[in-house]
Amino acid sequence: MNRQILRLSGIAMILLATLIVASTYWQTWARADLAAKQDNAIQRVAQFSIRRGAITAGGRLLAGNKRKFVDGRALYFRRYPLGRLTAHVVGYSTASRARTGLEKSLNDYLTASNESLSTLVDRSLDQLRGRPIRGNDVRLTLNLHAQQVALGALGTKCGAVVALDPRNGAVRVLASAPSFDPNLAENRFSAFSRIKADCTPAAPLIDRATAGLYPPGSSFKVVTAAAALESKKFTPDSVFHDPGYCVEYGKQVHNFADQSGPEVFGTIRLHDALVHSVNSVFCNIGKTLGAFAILREAERFGFYSPPPLETPVDERRASGLYQSGKLFFPRRESQVDPGRLAFGQERLLVTPLQMAMVAGTIGVGGVEMQPYVVSRIVSPGGKTILKGTPSRIGKPVSRDTATALQDMMIDVVRRGTGTAVAISGLRIGGKTGTAETGVTGRNTTWFICFAGPDDGSPPHLAVAVVLEGQTLTGGATAAPIARQVIESLLSQPGNP
Amino acid sequence: MNARSRELVNLVLVGILGTAAFGSAWIARTNRVSADGLVDVAVIAALFVGAHVVGRFTVARADPTLLPLAALLTGIGLTVNYRLDPADARKQAVWVALGILAFAGTLVALRFDYRILEQYRYIFGISAIGLLLLPSLPGLGQRVNGVRLWIHVGSLQFQPGEIAKLFLVLFLAGYLREKREVLAQGRLKDLGPLLAIWGAAMLVLLQTSDLGSALLYFGVFLGMVYVATGRLTYVLGGGVLFLGGSAALYTALARVQERVTDWLHPFTSTKVFCPANGTFDYRQNCQSYQLVKSLYSIAHGGYGGTGIGRGTFRTLDGTQLIPEIQTDFIYSAWSQEVGLIGAAALVLVFMVLVTRGMRVALVAQDGFSKLLATGLAFGLALQTFIIIGGVLRVVPLTGITLPFVSYGGSSILANFVGLALLMLVSHRARITSEAR
Repeated sequence: MNRQILRLSGIAMILLATLIVASTYWQTWARADLAAKQDNAIQRVAQFSIRRGAITAGGRLLAGNKRKFVDGRALYFRRYPLGRLTAHVVGYSTASRARTGLEKSLNDYLTASNESLSTLVDRSLDQLRGRPIRGNDVRLTLNLHAQQVALGALGTKCGAVVALDPRNGAVRVLASAPSFDPNLAENRFSAFSRIKADCTPAAPLIDRATAGLYPPGSSFKVVTAAAALESKKFTPDSVFHDPGYCVEYGKQVHNFADQSGPEVFGTIRLHDALVHSVNSVFCNIGKTLGAFAILREAERFGFYSPPPLETPVDERRASGLYQSGKLFFPRRESQVDPGRLAFGQERLLVTPLQMAMVAGTIGVGGVEMQPYVVSRIVSPGGKTILKGTPSRIGKPVSRDTATALQDMMIDVVRRGTGTAVAISGLRIGGKTGTAETGVTGRNTTWFICFAGPDDGSPPHLAVAVVLEGQTLTGGATAAPIARQVIESLLSQPGNP
Repeated sequence: MNARSRELVNLVLVGILGTAAFGSAWIARTNRVSADGLVDVAVIAALFVGAHVVGRFTVARADPTLLPLAALLTGIGLTVNYRLDPADARKQAVWVALGILAFAGTLVALRFDYRILEQYRYIFGISAIGLLLLPSLPGLGQRVNGVRLWIHVGSLQFQPGEIAKLFLVLFLAGYLREKREVLAQGRLKDLGPLLAIWGAAMLVLLQTSDLGSALLYFGVFLGMVYVATGRLTYVLGGGVLFLGGSAALYTALARVQERVTDWLHPFTSTKVFCPANGTFDYRQNCQSYQLVKSLYSIAHGGYGGTGIGRGTFRTLDGTQLIPEIQTDFIYSAWSQEVGLIGAAALVLVFMVLVTRGMRVALVAQDGFSKLLATGLAFGLALQTFIIIGGVLRVVPLTGITLPFVSYGGSSILANFVGLALLMLVSHRARITSEAR
């Protein structure tokens, strides 16, 4: 019988060894596949056993953790002490739905799953000590005081404010109204659909600062003027005759009725045409330059690609011409009306962030810096893993062009359409915009500007303000908000 | 050093391992480090030392690894059960105490000669069939997950299949010892009783619609027939008969059919009919929900596991991710927290235990003892293979317990009695071989 017993043990061993082989298969080969399965709740829960890194700005906590014990395990749930103040840029991280904002795009850093060496060491040490894995902390460049001022100034209006330092690209304000309380995202998400504002739908979840697409109106004239000067076909002193309208395809396109000057300007220089935002002049410039020349200049400013920032790419929209909801670059000159394009109508849609970049680039003399909102990512051990460093995107305009445009924009504030923003002691250049939507009382109004101390140094600030559904002009509605934001940033030291 | 002293040393080593494992789970759950948790460990350790002491007086020469290996498995079981639900672990500990009592009782009762059991072989055989059919009796049986495995007497739940397994091995050891010469000749007229056993297995399968238990009993039966007769034709013929019978029943038993379908295609990309709620859904959300969630759990462990106490078995609102994780799926809980290393170690412990059991069979002197030890050891291997193999999608998933590890009273009791029998056989083999 012993031979049979030995054989039977052999069979028993083979059966049991099969189990080790099968375990190896599931725990190594098939592991990644199974982890990626959508109904794999373990992955979702396991994320919550990680103590997510904090998100702070100027030392104040924007996103922290609340610890709860579930099934004898410490789980970390997100809380946002300042609620709606930075809801869009910080975003939310919940169990029940996808993440948004920096919570989404920096998830790897916040959960210490990024592969930098010091994170790897910290994470392994935490694991060995049996401690919860601690994520890296993220510090933002935002100035919360100014952010508060911007959000307060927007009030119940729908719109956005962007302020950044054009010298290095550090973003100071990213405000979008209406905002929402990210603390409610987990359990009371439906409350967001009941948020009311001056526009319908209120769409509080959209980050209007980076993903809001608006007709730029006259604020786009800055880009057209840049294209005109860069083409060398025009100088600031080029003289135009303004009959009060511009003839396009045999039709008259009138100047905006309610400007700060007389409706018909007669003979006027390019410089003053920008100061007084004369449509007919820009219409003629557009016809001379053609749509391609203007759009290429716009492209050099960053149009046609989502403006760079650390937020998720699907929360940023590219500025440019849009046709049936899609970004559209004409293949033939005849596809676009260059006259209307030149003063920011046509099918042009832009984001506040892009327009702040345009104003800032001109303010600092033509070099465009990449906007960034993350100043530092710090490991739990206190080591800096990532530092927001200024980096150049390009040089959309020459220094001469930039200087000429600065002069024009400064005159806009001094004696043109943007006098509401003038602050004594500061050198501010701006441009208003009022995009008519065809319905009275439904204008999209703009103000974009650069601002800094009047001591010859490059401006410290570029601001873009956009408002939806306004009856008045950009100079009357958006410029005062820009002024409050500039005051909050330049008259108090705030965080550097 | 004599066998029992070596057993004590082994038990101490197991105690250290068990304390470390249980300590991890205890600290993770209570979130504090103190000696309080050691009280529970001490109670279980005392039980095993008690079992060891009884062994000293009854089976002095028995294999010194059997009890420590069972203790290790029990310790792992208690740790995982505690990790999953401390209340369950407490109940399980009571069952372990009863199991060790049964272990000691068996040793004491049969200390002179366990071979008297051979006389009662037919009683065991009939009782085994009776026990297996108990759950089918109206009023007594209870259908859990479409399978009749449990009986209910008052508030007491009992799974008679585990005891039946033990009785079956005892019956077969006695019966085959008696008939092996006759059977070995392979005459057709002697095959009657074997066919009767096959018929009984099929009947049990039909009555309980539990493929796993049927496979276990019939596999043990074939293994013992092979050892008794040395004729592979029996094994092959039996295998063909079983497969044929199962295939015939496959069409008749929706439950078995479903299990096989879930095994072959646990994931669907289109929605299929879900009988549980009468709607259409992906199979991974319905029929194969448990299996798929368990695979996720195993895969999440990776090489090294999450660490004891740090695995994920509940959703954020506290609902159990894998239903019945503490019985059928205890292996997926263990695999997640200790990873491939720990999972492989657990299987290796079973391998060693089975090997030692088979060794007992090899050194045993008489046919009954050899067959008894073979049946017990092979039954242990097969049961482990069927349940872990089911969890790992090697074979269709069927709900049987993992010996010594899974939560469940009848299983613990039966396994400890089986262990006692193995030790009795081992002890007797040693003293008779030395007497010669």
